[in-house]
Amino acid sequence: MTNPSESVIIVVVSRALARLIQLFGIYVIIHGHYSPGGGFQGGALLAAGVILLRMTEGYRESQTETSTAAAIPLASLGALIFAGTGLVTLAFGGYYMDYGAVPVPGVEEPIVRYYGILLVEFGIGLAVMTALVAIFDDMLGQAPGGDGEHAPAESTGAPPKI
Amino acid sequence: MRILNYILLAVFAGLLIYATVHLPARGDADAPMHRQENVVGDPVAGAYFISNAYRDAATPNMVTVVLADYRSVDTLGEVLVVFTAGVCCFLILRRRLYD
Amino acid sequence: MNWLVELVLYLLLLTTAILALSVRDLLAGAAAATAFTFTMALLFVSMGAIDVGFTEAVVGAGIVGVYFIAAVFQTSRRTRD
Repeated sequence: MTNPSESVIIVVVSRALARLIQLFGIYVIIHGHYSPGGGFQGGALLAAGVILLRMTEGYRESQTETSTAAAIPLASLGALIFAGTGLVTLAFGGYYMDYGAVPVPGVEEPIVRYYGILLVEFGIGLAVMTALVAIFDDMLGQAPGGDGEHAPAESTGAPPKI
Repeated sequence: MRILNYILLAVFAGLLIYATVHLPARGDADAPMHRQENVVGDPVAGAYFISNAYRDAATPNMVTVVLADYRSVDTLGEVLVVFTAGVCCFLILRRRLYD
Repeated sequence: MNWLVELVLYLLLLTTAILALSVRDLLAGAAAATAFTFTMALLFVSMGAIDVGFTEAVVGAGIVGVYFIAAVFQTSRRTRD
C-alpha cells in the first residue's frame, strides 16, 4: 500500500482517474450554490484523489501532491479562513458569520453574502481535504522524508517509470 | 443466554417499529415541522428559511444558504471536529519527526 | 414503484449489515461496511435528501472505507473470536 504498485495499468489509470476526481471536487465546491454539494463534499473528493495516488503511486512518489509535512498547516489555514471570515464580519459591526454586514461599495447585500458563502466553502474544502490526507498518512505510519516502518522488505525491482 | 439476546433484540426492534408507524408520512405538508407556526403559535425557523433564502443570499440552493449562512456556526463546529481528528492523529500516530 | 426500490434497498441494507458483522475476514468486513454505507446513501437519495446522500457517499463509502483498509493493513486481517 505504501510502495508503488507493480502494475503499469493501475498506475496509468489511477493517474488519469485522480485528476478527474479532483476536477469533480473543485466543481462541487464552486458549483455548490446551484447544485447539491459544498465545501465538505468537495474537500472529501479532493482528498480521495490524493489518497488514490498515495495508494497506487506509492508514498514517496506522491509527495508532490499534498505533502505530509504541509497537510496539518494547510488544514489550520483552511479553518483559519473559515473562522477569520466570521471575525471580519464581527469587526464591521455585524454578528459572527453575518456576511452582509461587510460594506462593499457598489455591491448589494445579497451579493456580498453570496461571495461570503463562496469564501467559507473554500476554507471548508481546504481544511477537510488536508485533514483527511493527514489522517491517512498518519495511519500508515510513514515519517515525512525519513524511511518508514514499512520500507520495502522484499524489493521487487524498480517501480514502473512512465 | 443466546436466546435471551435474540428475545431482547426482537423486543427492541418491535419497540422501534411501533414508534415509527406513528410518525407523519414523508413529505406530509401538515406535519408539525412543515407548518408556518408551531403548536404554541410562534413562527417556525424552517418556513422563514424556505421563503427568504433566495432574497437574502442570491443563491438558488437553499441547503447551501442554511449550511454556510444561517447555521454557519454549526458548520464551523463540524470543520473543527475534522481538524481536531487530524491534529490528534498527527500528535499520537506520527513517528520520527523530531529525533 | 418507489416503494419497491426502497424495499430492495432495505433488504440489501440488512444483508450487508449482517454480513459485515458475521464475516471472519476483516478486509471483507470492511468491504461489506462500505457497501452498507453506499446503500444508506442510495436510500437517502431516494428519500429526497440529496445533500445528505452525497455526503454519505463521499465520506462514508470513499474515505472511511480507505481508513478501514489502512487499519487492516497495519494490524491483522483475521479476527480471533
